[in-house]
Amino acid sequence: MSTTVISESNNGILHPVTAQLVGAASSLGGPITVICPGGVGSSDAAKISGVTKVISVEGECFETYDCSAWSKSLSPLIEGDLILSSSSAIGRELISSISATKGIPVVQDVTSLKDGFSATRTIYSGKAIEEVSISSPCAISLRPNSFESAEGGGSAEISTVNVSQEVAVAVKRALAKASERLDVSEAEIIISGGRGMGEPANFSHLNEIADVLGAAVGASRAAVDTWEEIPHSMQVGQTGKTVTPNLYIAVGISGAIQHLAGMRSSKFILAINKDPEAPIFGVADYGIVSTWEDALPALKDQLAELLSN
Amino acid sequence: MGVAVLLKQVPDTTAKISISGGKVDESSIAKWAISPYDEYALESAIQLKESGFGDVVAITCGPSRAAKCLTEAAAVGADRLIHILTESTLDSIQVQSLLSASVKETGCDLVMCGKQAADTNSGSTGPGLASTLGFSFVGGVTRVSVNGGLASATRLGPSGLEEVEVGGPCVFTFDKGESELRRPNVRGIMMAKKKPIDSLSPEDLGVNGTNSLVIIKDHSSPPEKQPGQKFIGSESIPEVVEKLREEANVI
Ligand SMILES: Cc1cc2nc3c(=O)[nH]c(=O)nc-3n(C[C@H](O)[C@H](O)[C@H](O)COP(=O)(O)OP(=O)(O)OC[C@H]3O[C@@H](n4cnc5c(N)ncnc54)[C@H](O)[C@@H]3O)c2cc1C
Repeated sequence: MSTTVISESNNGILHPVTAQLVGAASSLGGPITVICPGGVGSSDAAKISGVTKVISVEGECFETYDCSAWSKSLSPLIEGDLILSSSSAIGRELISSISATKGIPVVQDVTSLKDGFSATRTIYSGKAIEEVSISSPCAISLRPNSFESAEGGGSAEISTVNVSQEVAVAVKRALAKASERLDVSEAEIIISGGRGMGEPANFSHLNEIADVLGAAVGASRAAVDTWEEIPHSMQVGQTGKTVTPNLYIAVGISGAIQHLAGMRSSKFILAINKDPEAPIFGVADYGIVSTWEDALPALKDQLAELLSN
Repeated sequence: MGVAVLLKQVPDTTAKISISGGKVDESSIAKWAISPYDEYALESAIQLKESGFGDVVAITCGPSRAAKCLTEAAAVGADRLIHILTESTLDSIQVQSLLSASVKETGCDLVMCGKQAADTNSGSTGPGLASTLGFSFVGGVTRVSVNGGLASATRLGPSGLEEVEVGGPCVFTFDKGESELRRPNVRGIMMAKKKPIDSLSPEDLGVNGTNSLVIIKDHSSPPEKQPGQKFIGSESIPEVVEKLREEANVI
């Protein structure tokens, strides 16, 4: 059993999900190679315990993102029985492209993995759980925050490979910078607002609590569709992101089935809604019947006090 | 020239999913629909056609019920309808080889589909198909326009929202698009009913039957949630915050 992990990066540094991918690979046994597109984070990847070897793949084509160019550069360097990536947007694209190049099947967004390649994932937006067995070699993307991270303290050897690959997708101009905020798909705590927030400016209350908790801010589709200031990238649900944080706080969200589809498998759910009959209370572990106007200031103060101790 | 749009039929987002004998019971799904992100791909393809680009070819791969999504596509303007008839669950390689053979047959050099389908939420088809066909790939786009031999698209890339350009054959996968989706009018619906559908078997496309390398062993329902605790009024906040730490251990 040998595994190649495609590392994930964010703003020029190694993303913590990479250690989770290595953690998952370690539990299967056998040598683990981490391949770093563009060489980003290769020295940090080498420090993850359990890593046998790091391949730092460098070249001009990694300056912008062209999935095909990246995949063509990485594919020849990837071998083994199993390829792992994160199920982030780029992780999914890359592993799909690489697996197609190699003619091996890919299974996406897996939340648990057993040897003999038995993988579990949710389908129909969380309405059912599917267990599949996959014949090796194969490629699997793993959902962030579903696997234990491997520890630090490793010292794997790093080899650098220079590639030159033509880029077909040219970036012409930046239209809007990526949000500085943590993305909902990778946060351990999420606080989301719905139409009940009244107006987009009131999301500042959610931002403040997110800052206290180190959380990401999400939104319902009604909020995204009604207010231009709330981008689709924040949307949680069937046509937004599927999230599984440790704590999901829903504020002024009714709990429509399409919203629940994206967040019901969160480990813990706190709902704040003024309507005691709101369906969101049906999935909430703790429900507070209150307006956000009353609840959020108190919540922020309590959390700030608790977390400053 | 022309745009191939790949459509997947999925249970309507409000559909109840029930499980019997360790498998999702498809016969209990009351309503099926075109997967939401695919609808944005279809809308964009029709807009390209209106701006003078070639025909729109709608392709679906699935059992006989899936033909309905082709007729729906025709009602809003798809010109040619192709149904690759498959009954069993296919793995990513099987799906991609069928779609690839079909796209080649149409001669289309632009392909559009959703970034993920609402049933499996995988997102493997677009990028995988691009590799199989040897086309370029741009994922998660909200808009595509074509000028001469060059396509321009808006995508949410790693460093934010950006405009990209790509020449030659390309696969685009759609996020929620910038445009409103058009609804069919009565005339469109009537015309669509008469539109022929090319039904093809994998053999017709020259793709030999292989076994899926991914085998579904079990479907189950997500664990039922225990009824939660309810608190009335913001006076309860100190208690709730303490419980979040002591009982739930999440902060
Ligand atoms: C194909 C399809 C896909 C969809 N995909 C998604 C998706 O991905 N994500 C998603 O979220 N939805 C999705 N929806 C929409 C979904 O059906 C709901 O319309 C949406 O989730 C409602 O958002 P909401 O809860 O914010 O708004 P509402 O349903 O309007 O609820 C607002 C809530 O706020 C409460 N409230 C009002 N004022 C206050 C206050 N002052 N303090 C506290 N509470 C207050 C109200 O009691 C109410 O419960 C989809 C729908 C379809 C048809």
